[in-house]
Amino acid sequence: MRAAIRPVVARLLGAVVVVWGAVTCSFGALQLIPGDPVNAIVGTNALVGPEQRELLRERYHFDQPLFIQYADHLGRLATGRLGDSYQLQQSVWTVITNQLWPTVELALWASLLAVVLSVAVTVLTSGRSRWPRRISSLVELLVVSTPAFWLGILLLTVFSFHLGWLPVSDTGDPRSLVLPVVTLGLPIAAILTQVLREGLLTALDAPFVLTARARGLAEHSVRSRHALRHSTLPALTLTGWFVGTLLGGAVIVENVFARPGVGRVALQAVSDRDFPVVQGVVALSAVVFVVVAAVVDGLYAVVDPRLRRRTGMVAA
Amino acid sequence: MTATAEPGGATRADTRDSDEPRPASAVVLEVAGLDVRFGSGPGQVHAVRDVSLTLTAGRCVALVGESGSGKSTLGRALLGLAGPNATVTARRLHIHGADALAFGPRDWRTVRGRRLGLVSQDALVALDPLRPIGREIAEPMVAHRLVARRDTGSAVRALLERVGVPDPEQRARSYPHQLSGGLRQRALIASALAAQPDVLITDEPTTALDASVQARILALLGQLKADGTGLLLISHDLAVVEALADEVAVMHEGSVVEAGPVAEVLTHPHHPYTVALLDAVPGRRPRASAGGPPGAPRAAGGGADADGDPLLVVTGAVKHFPVARGARRTAVDDVSFTLRAGETLGLVGESGSGKSTLAGLVLGLLAPDSGEVRLAGRPWSRRPERERRAERHTLQLVPQDPLSAFDPRWTVARILGEALAAVDVPRPDRRTDALPLLEQVGLTDAHLDRRPSALSGGQRQRVAIARALATRPRLLVCDEPVSALDVSTQAQILALLRELAGSLGLAVLFISHDLAVIREICARVLVMKDGRIVETGPVERVFTDPHHPYTRELLSAVPGEIGRAARAGTVPSRPAEERTEMTEMTEKN
Repeated sequence: MRAAIRPVVARLLGAVVVVWGAVTCSFGALQLIPGDPVNAIVGTNALVGPEQRELLRERYHFDQPLFIQYADHLGRLATGRLGDSYQLQQSVWTVITNQLWPTVELALWASLLAVVLSVAVTVLTSGRSRWPRRISSLVELLVVSTPAFWLGILLLTVFSFHLGWLPVSDTGDPRSLVLPVVTLGLPIAAILTQVLREGLLTALDAPFVLTARARGLAEHSVRSRHALRHSTLPALTLTGWFVGTLLGGAVIVENVFARPGVGRVALQAVSDRDFPVVQGVVALSAVVFVVVAAVVDGLYAVVDPRLRRRTGMVAA
Repeated sequence: MTATAEPGGATRADTRDSDEPRPASAVVLEVAGLDVRFGSGPGQVHAVRDVSLTLTAGRCVALVGESGSGKSTLGRALLGLAGPNATVTARRLHIHGADALAFGPRDWRTVRGRRLGLVSQDALVALDPLRPIGREIAEPMVAHRLVARRDTGSAVRALLERVGVPDPEQRARSYPHQLSGGLRQRALIASALAAQPDVLITDEPTTALDASVQARILALLGQLKADGTGLLLISHDLAVVEALADEVAVMHEGSVVEAGPVAEVLTHPHHPYTVALLDAVPGRRPRASAGGPPGAPRAAGGGADADGDPLLVVTGAVKHFPVARGARRTAVDDVSFTLRAGETLGLVGESGSGKSTLAGLVLGLLAPDSGEVRLAGRPWSRRPERERRAERHTLQLVPQDPLSAFDPRWTVARILGEALAAVDVPRPDRRTDALPLLEQVGLTDAHLDRRPSALSGGQRQRVAIARALATRPRLLVCDEPVSALDVSTQAQILALLRELAGSLGLAVLFISHDLAVIREICARVLVMKDGRIVETGPVERVFTDPHHPYTRELLSAVPGEIGRAARAGTVPSRPAEERTEMTEMTEKN
């Protein structure tokens, strides 16, 4: 029983450390932004006297030493109080939860697109004929090297302004999701395809593939039942990068397509010096990272039985 | 050259019933004038040249030859799996009466697994490591629509039972890495048998296995043959061929140079290559120094310890390794031995017996949990590494697989230079100092700028020996130095080691699972089982008059002449089959 609990405890401790590190870094980074935070609260051209400014300073504890502010901040986070936004007159919690769904929707569709597209392209193009693979490699390289905002603007120009097939910005219409999802998902699909293809080609050279072919299996069964699963192992390792790209990409995509979402709120909060909102988004991202990492560790064991506990060989 | 079976085998085009008894002489595969070429243009490699074979149900044809002789390529070409770069041509290729030269991909798929099954070398990688063996075994039945996917359970159990896997219900859910080498190989054979093919193409089916497990797998293949399955046995091991084959075809550089009934070819070889191959088999080779330990007379010049204190003294060495849930496994259990300069000591045992752990203790790479290792009269174990490093050059390792023991991007000059740097040879002199080392092991300056991948297996092992000699060691630890080599290369490397040990007065700890090799090179032998030394003595005495039952079991498991001698001379009356069956049950749970 104890042996089963130990890894879970270690995992949780690690998660706490990761979240703490992210929160500390963002706290430090925000202190480096020059200017008086009171200005951010009252606005630049508000007519506020020095007494009231002093009052605000006291209320938000800006008069305390930095370390006390930091400890205070950690204490509030630990008890789940994210504080109130300086600008929006709402609690940070409300701001984030209101904006969460559009971002989640975007990220999920983009992930689905990336996975389906990359698996399909990999299986179809890593055949014995070279041309499909070469063309696909070229397209991947182009997509990977295109910055996300540029890709978004390009897609908008072609499909919305010229062809008029898809709406320019969020209209509540499901069609308005198409371009943002493509912009976010395509670069991820391109990298995943490269990794999957490399893995698939390595796996297709393995002795067990010869065994499978010698059983009379059709080529597509050899790939889908044997080789593909092996090629997903290196791709799983990329998941951390994958999540980071989704979060970072959401900021750009939501701004380019004028969609609501956490990314847009975060960008707005940084330029407004709305510290509590920025801190809230950072803490949320850290938690998402930690949860995804835990899920991926579980997935490794699902895909590769050799990594499962207590299935190791007992004797020679 | 044709390895023709009994003539007149009527080809059966009818669809089979699995219960129908097969006629003994049914020809399954007939090939004449088969050529396989890789690539095109001037870089083309002609891997198989004008080979003709006939495979018959219930008979075993063996293909022997060194690696690179085209055996495996031929086996794959018969399955239509020679690869995308290969061009296969033949005058005639009939599989089960159908003309395979006209086959499209779909026709080949109906033949693979159903008419011809494949058993490859190492089941750990030849079975999909991510799938339980039950699913792997069921796959051919499903692919050929013999059984519906959900009804495969009982058929899989029956197959596992047939190949001698105990507790089939549970084993079907195991993954390859959870099984021992022998059980894995049985599972691979079961999966090849699943669609009831008439012929199994077995490509080095026992090469990755220990001698006693090998004997059991050979017995299983013999049983399958008796049941009416034809075998194409691809092997470099003549002892295995002798044990199983009815006919043999000797391949050399893509051509069959000699073919005929196995007894005739092995006893009266005609072609010089066959003669050379037979002479190279360990145990058949003449022993260079049947008398005293090799090099002993000259050893006095090599070191002052020759008649004084032994060079290496191991007393009561114990090493445990922690395993899951706080338990521990004893890898080396109270082992004591001594080794003198100029002496070659053999260490033999199956994999998992603790040989390599013991080598690690001697090399000072592992610290013993109790007991002591002394080198040249001074303590060796339990010293801080900082202090020990200055003396490390006195003992060197020759690894099993030099390809993975070398940095593949380094040239030979750099590999040797690194070893020379360890004994403070200044950088500008390293290249000139490397040359005599290469010459000492029979290579030339032409090899200095090659990378390991551009060397043959034998040349790589020579470089490994040169690297070990670079520090002027007094003790060589050779961990399975010839297991990865062909028999003829093996003979050359063993001769080289023997000569070097003699001329340099080296002490050699020679680790091997191959009894014939040990017998050829060692004067004294330690037999190791489960971490303990169960028997020790002069090699001739141990081989002709083994005292411990485990030594007897090891000896009787050797296929071919030595094994026969052991079986005839010293093994008690209990038949070998019965005993192997019993050990089989304890092989793994």
